[in-house]
Amino acid sequence: MMSQALGGGFADAPVQSARAFRTALDAMARPGRILRVGGAKPPAPLSVAAGVLLLTLCDRTTPLHLAPGHDAPEIRDWVTFHTGAPLVTPGAAAFALGRWEALQPVTRFRIGQPDYPDRSATLIVELDELTNEGAVLTGPGIETVARLSLPELSAFHLNRDIFPLGYDTFLTSRDKIAGLPRSTRVEAG
Amino acid sequence: MSDYNFAYLDEQTKRMIRRAILKGVAIPGYQVPFASREMPMPYGWGTGGVQVTAACLTPDDVLKVIDQGADDTTNAVSIRRFFQKTAGVEVTEATAEATIIQTRHRIPETPLTEGQILVYQVPIPEPLRFLEPRETETRRMHELEEYGLMHVKLYEDIARHGTIATSYDYPVRVEGRYVMDPSPIPKFDNPKLSGNPALQLFGAGREQRIYALPPYTQVVSLDFEDHPFVASKAEHDCDLCGASDSYLDEVITDDQGNRMFVCSDTDYCRTRRAAGLVGRLGGEAA
Amino acid sequence: MYVAVKGGERAIDNAHAWLAEVRRGDRDVPELTVAQIREQMTLAVNRVMAEGSLYDPDLAALAIKQARGDLIEAIFLVRAYRTTLPRLGSSAPVETGAMAVTRRISATFKDLPGGQILGPTFDYTHRLIDFALAAEGADAAEPAMPAVDKVEEVPHVMEFLNKDGLIQSELQEGAQVPDLTREPMELPASRPLRLQALARSDEGFLLSLAYSTQRGYGRTHAFVGELRIGTVAVEMEVPELGFPVEIGEIELTECETVNQFTGSKTEPAQFTRGYGLVLGQSERKAISMSLVDRALRWRELGEDFSGAPAQDEEFVLMHADNIQATGFLEHIKLPHYVDFQAELELIRKLRRETEPSDLAAEEQP
Repeated sequence: MMSQALGGGFADAPVQSARAFRTALDAMARPGRILRVGGAKPPAPLSVAAGVLLLTLCDRTTPLHLAPGHDAPEIRDWVTFHTGAPLVTPGAAAFALGRWEALQPVTRFRIGQPDYPDRSATLIVELDELTNEGAVLTGPGIETVARLSLPELSAFHLNRDIFPLGYDTFLTSRDKIAGLPRSTRVEAG
Repeated sequence: MSDYNFAYLDEQTKRMIRRAILKGVAIPGYQVPFASREMPMPYGWGTGGVQVTAACLTPDDVLKVIDQGADDTTNAVSIRRFFQKTAGVEVTEATAEATIIQTRHRIPETPLTEGQILVYQVPIPEPLRFLEPRETETRRMHELEEYGLMHVKLYEDIARHGTIATSYDYPVRVEGRYVMDPSPIPKFDNPKLSGNPALQLFGAGREQRIYALPPYTQVVSLDFEDHPFVASKAEHDCDLCGASDSYLDEVITDDQGNRMFVCSDTDYCRTRRAAGLVGRLGGEAA
Repeated sequence: MYVAVKGGERAIDNAHAWLAEVRRGDRDVPELTVAQIREQMTLAVNRVMAEGSLYDPDLAALAIKQARGDLIEAIFLVRAYRTTLPRLGSSAPVETGAMAVTRRISATFKDLPGGQILGPTFDYTHRLIDFALAAEGADAAEPAMPAVDKVEEVPHVMEFLNKDGLIQSELQEGAQVPDLTREPMELPASRPLRLQALARSDEGFLLSLAYSTQRGYGRTHAFVGELRIGTVAVEMEVPELGFPVEIGEIELTECETVNQFTGSKTEPAQFTRGYGLVLGQSERKAISMSLVDRALRWRELGEDFSGAPAQDEEFVLMHADNIQATGFLEHIKLPHYVDFQAELELIRKLRRETEPSDLAAEEQP
């Protein structure tokens, strides 16, 4: 088990995390765009994309919540070895990882403070499929409209209603990622 | 002293900056505090921009650095060299070829595209700072969207001068929420902030703030119905390339009061001249 | 004919070459060694370590050499280097009560346990240029170090007052001490954050602020309760071992001031404190820090804000760092022609619009 925890990280962290960050940045800056990342081989059921995001963004200073289903010993060991992120409860998390159902209720996550809206959680939501179908997205980063296969609408409506507070979301599936910042307006497709 | 990491900063620092950039992108126009590091160039000389660029760079990037629109100004040269040395990236002077452009005081004339990131060096990120020096106060004003003071200031200008007497560093409102400082670009450049296909990132090192405009973000220069915002420039054409649509520097050519006007964007001017376009004095200079 | 200014790259190279030459100075004069600077310019080295926030005498000495003796430039070099160092862990708090003191004085008690120890001080020198020092190479025979009694543990003066309840007790503001160099400054700041900022702030700025409090701008009636200089052990908790290990020792200057008492209907009158702690031997800075610390504590101690600069936390903390200050100050020599051009256009426009009426006004008798 321990050998599994030691493997699957970035072989050349400075360069691989730089490339991964640029993809994550592009995803967050252009909601609805589906992009591909690589370089991590995390233990199942963690997707490659979610693994890459953790390696790129998390460290000892970012408390991480693993939702049921992802809160498994192999994943805990892998995350701890590669990032050192402390594993915490939802209310204390800077990042939260899991399937959409397992993350519920998402109202538990930090939405920032009125004077510091940046002090909010980033959710990494694992999906079976990630496609440009379904919900219609508008807002900053989108020229006209975009479409994305969101797991539900109402939670993201609520999140948009409290802007500039709110959590931000990465959606991941296998090696694919998409971003959904709190600024995006979401309508039924 | 040993070798430095790729793009100078250590990985933990880059992660911290990257997280701040992502929050900035998610909250357009809001200034995200970040633990700015001491860089090997002085505060006030682009350390914020340099940290943002360092956090974004990959070995595949093509970097352009401009100061006052020019690639050859000494500080632009110094920053470009820094990244050539620490990140080994390819550099260019051509706006269209660059994937990351770090800038001080200008937005290039050549329209930016989707694949590009424009990184601004910002001296004072707080648009309300010269109206209210206290951070604790301005933070509260942003929280409550209390921007009346800014309008009062602009209106006092009109009462006194008949026009808004802010010619650069002209404040904007982002997506109807945050009032933002676009860095000391001339107000001529303000319209380019809005609906831009490129991602725009702003770094203020000494003041420890990062903020962002995602692509296609709506950015409105503050104004009044009876005194609408006007993007102004010298009423001349470029004397070298003849451009009538670019921002101009005024150059004093002798001690008799003669002067000429040339594009501040050196790449724009050079490209036009290479295409055979000639201004009033361009023939002589060529 | 006009050719746009080019040649920034060559100009920079030439400037650097010239700089290297003037740094070396007259080559007939032997080059300074880093060890000479470290051993003979110790107080300069100390200042660079303190404001550079890095305890490394060799590196500070090298920085002074590279910076041609410009200490702020040297501090900048050290800070930029420090930034790139990995963070392996945090030490346990140093115990200044266990300091091996070389100097220890109190202005509030004539004599006290541990005694008054003058140490290597300029205080009672007459400031007369010593031309004998100009005779280089004629190092007098080693001056005999006066025999010093082995100093046992020297207790803090403040503890005597504390035992009697005559001085306000320090609050414990929780175990988590913020790190100014890893987190953005957040205002209002906690006292640990303030002290951290003051400890690395510019000595001259702090001195002037402290002086201003003595002249009535936020007066706190300070006495030096105790000033001590000496070395302390630095210990680190190693989780694998389960006990702290000494990893080295550093020299520190610590100052505690006793300030005018406060009291209210509910609280008995008592003295208050200001605190200063600086890397190396730097007592001017440590005393200044104590005075400014005390002045900044007005809110906590229920005093009035008189509008004095030294009481104004935002003003002090946002302007105390000389690396931030010097960078921003000097950046105005960078080109600003784009902004200046915008101002030029605006002023021309404003003049065009007002000129006719101005002329009309001038024509009236």
